[in-house]
Amino acid sequence: MRAADTLRFATRAATGNPLRTVLMVLAMAIGVAAVVVLTALGDGARRYVVGEFGALGSNLVIVLPGRSETGGINPGSLVTSTPRDLTVEDAEALLRSPRVTRIAPLLVGNSEISAGGRLREVVVVGTSSDMTAVRRLDLAAGRFLPREDLRRATNVAVIGATIQRELFGAEPAVGRLVRLGDRRFRVIGVMAASGQGLGMNTDEQVIIPVASALAMFDTNTLFRILVEARDRSALEAAKADITDIIRNRHAGEEDITLLTQDAVLETFDRILGTLTMAVAGIAAISLAVAGILVMNVMLVSVTQRTAEIGLLKALGAEPRTIRNAFLTEASLLSLAGGLAGVALGQGGAALLRLAWPVLPSWPPDWAVAAGLGTALATGILFGVQPARRAARLDPVQALAKR
Amino acid sequence: MALIELGGIERIFTLGDSQVHALQSVALRVEAGEYLSVMGPSGSGKSTLLNLLGLLDRPNAGRYHLEGRDVTTLDADEQAAVRRERIGFVFQSFHLVARLSAAENVALPLMLAGVPAAERHARVSAALRDFGLEDRAGHRPDQLSGGQRQRVAIARATIMRPALLLADEPTGNLDRATGQEVTRLLEELNAGGVTLIVVTHDPAMGARARRCIRMEDGRIVDDLRQTPADTFANP
Ligand SMILES: Nc1ncnc2c1ncn2[C@@H]1O[C@H](COP(=O)(O)OP(=O)(O)OP(=O)(O)O)[C@@H](O)[C@H]1O
Ligand SMILES: [Mg+2]
Repeated sequence: MRAADTLRFATRAATGNPLRTVLMVLAMAIGVAAVVVLTALGDGARRYVVGEFGALGSNLVIVLPGRSETGGINPGSLVTSTPRDLTVEDAEALLRSPRVTRIAPLLVGNSEISAGGRLREVVVVGTSSDMTAVRRLDLAAGRFLPREDLRRATNVAVIGATIQRELFGAEPAVGRLVRLGDRRFRVIGVMAASGQGLGMNTDEQVIIPVASALAMFDTNTLFRILVEARDRSALEAAKADITDIIRNRHAGEEDITLLTQDAVLETFDRILGTLTMAVAGIAAISLAVAGILVMNVMLVSVTQRTAEIGLLKALGAEPRTIRNAFLTEASLLSLAGGLAGVALGQGGAALLRLAWPVLPSWPPDWAVAAGLGTALATGILFGVQPARRAARLDPVQALAKR
Repeated sequence: MALIELGGIERIFTLGDSQVHALQSVALRVEAGEYLSVMGPSGSGKSTLLNLLGLLDRPNAGRYHLEGRDVTTLDADEQAAVRRERIGFVFQSFHLVARLSAAENVALPLMLAGVPAAERHARVSAALRDFGLEDRAGHRPDQLSGGQRQRVAIARATIMRPALLLADEPTGNLDRATGQEVTRLLEELNAGGVTLIVVTHDPAMGARARRCIRMEDGRIVDDLRQTPADTFANP
């Protein structure tokens, strides 16, 4: 039998039972659509995060105390044993590199803030005046920490937008006194609300000079040093300089970890990419279920058309011809299901983009291809057994069936 | 050379513990162009014999030569080719594909043989005309009468110009008048050179054949050849 005839015969067989065909196509389509929509969502989230991080500036190097073997973020790089303190002097020393333009030491702790009888928990951030430049932060009122010796513990504070609202309401906070732990600080500025961005969220923070924070938490070591390189191309050289400077200061020991935005980005990219794949995998399970449905429907079809198969054999159809006809039918049904699913999925992704415009929810090409491919593969895979059963039918018994 | 040569044919069906001897030491020789009827009580093995002749079934033992060729040793594909090219089947229940039109049903053997669509179309149109079905070409089987359905089935069975036409109770589902019409059609084909073997329960129809075979318990018990004169003597 010619290929074109096999195709036409299979098409006629599929359209000969519209309800069965529609149900099967629908089952396949839902599976494929699930893959397309869920990967669109996952990839949208990934692109959103990558975009947000990219906006933070890509010439940033983050210095962490402690050595970690990998470049990216992992649990180990966050909890490493610290052999030597990362001090304010270390931070200042980094400015000696010609490729470093700004630094901002960072110390983070928890404390209580009170003003006018109101009290709440806050995150206290000790840093320096260049923080706003390094992390591209904006102020809503007043000014940021003054430029001064990093060892001077001035009692001034810049508060986040939420803190301002909860402690002072609509009244201006600049100039007011607040109590942080057992010290009194004068509010000199209020940070602009961070919004939903994924960057540093300052809304619930109180920012004070790093020396004040070191004293408050009674420590010598910094949590991080943020270093701004001259530009993106100087990033690698800046990292080498930083490593050299710290090694010299730490008696030849390389006990710091350097993170760059790229590494952080890469990590997020990887995590969210993996997540998208996992989601696609889960959605693909529904395709396997659809495949089993294809098999059952085709088996029923073989049973219903037993007499027809017997007739074809009597008319001289080879077993291969019959197998191909049924396999083609299963493939056609899954192809139709796959295409309908892609259309459905693209529609769903468009709705997602409409509902959440911030997420660029476009299904990745690989997901569309994988969805279609899996649909076709499962259709063929699960079509093989019914087709073989049809090809093996005994013609006399098949003809006797009514 | 005989068209069909059967010798020592045994066909045994096993049903659980019991065995059914559907055919026992059957020997038969049929020349090209003959017209045979096969009669006998129900269960005597008529259909089993016909299926065997049509290569739909294999004997447990015995020889079967078709046009001088030993066909029992052929593989499935070769047997399919023989069925396609040399044998036509007509069934009691017509066996038309319900979703296909009369023309498409008639075209099935040509399609299976890989004949190009254009040639198929011409041959099917000619066949439908020969069988008086030209204005029914686009009708589906459920839009045809019983007689028309069997005519479509006969057109399909002969479209490949087979040497052997096997009919298992072709008039069994038809009323008397229609049955006679179908019988005449088959006889015309036989007159055109096709070897015709008809299984029937109808004595009148059986008697029309030039050679009548009678079966009982899987054996051929009678093989009656009659001259055309006899045909008129035994109505
Ligand atoms: N597939 C099978 N399995 C078991 N027994 C079978 C099978 N096919 C036929 N038989 C048995 O073989 C014998 C001959 O059957 P067959 O169909 O050839 O009879 P028949 O002469 O055509 O009868 P009828 O006139 O009723 O059509 C019967 O006893 C039947 O029960
Ligand atoms: Mg029978």
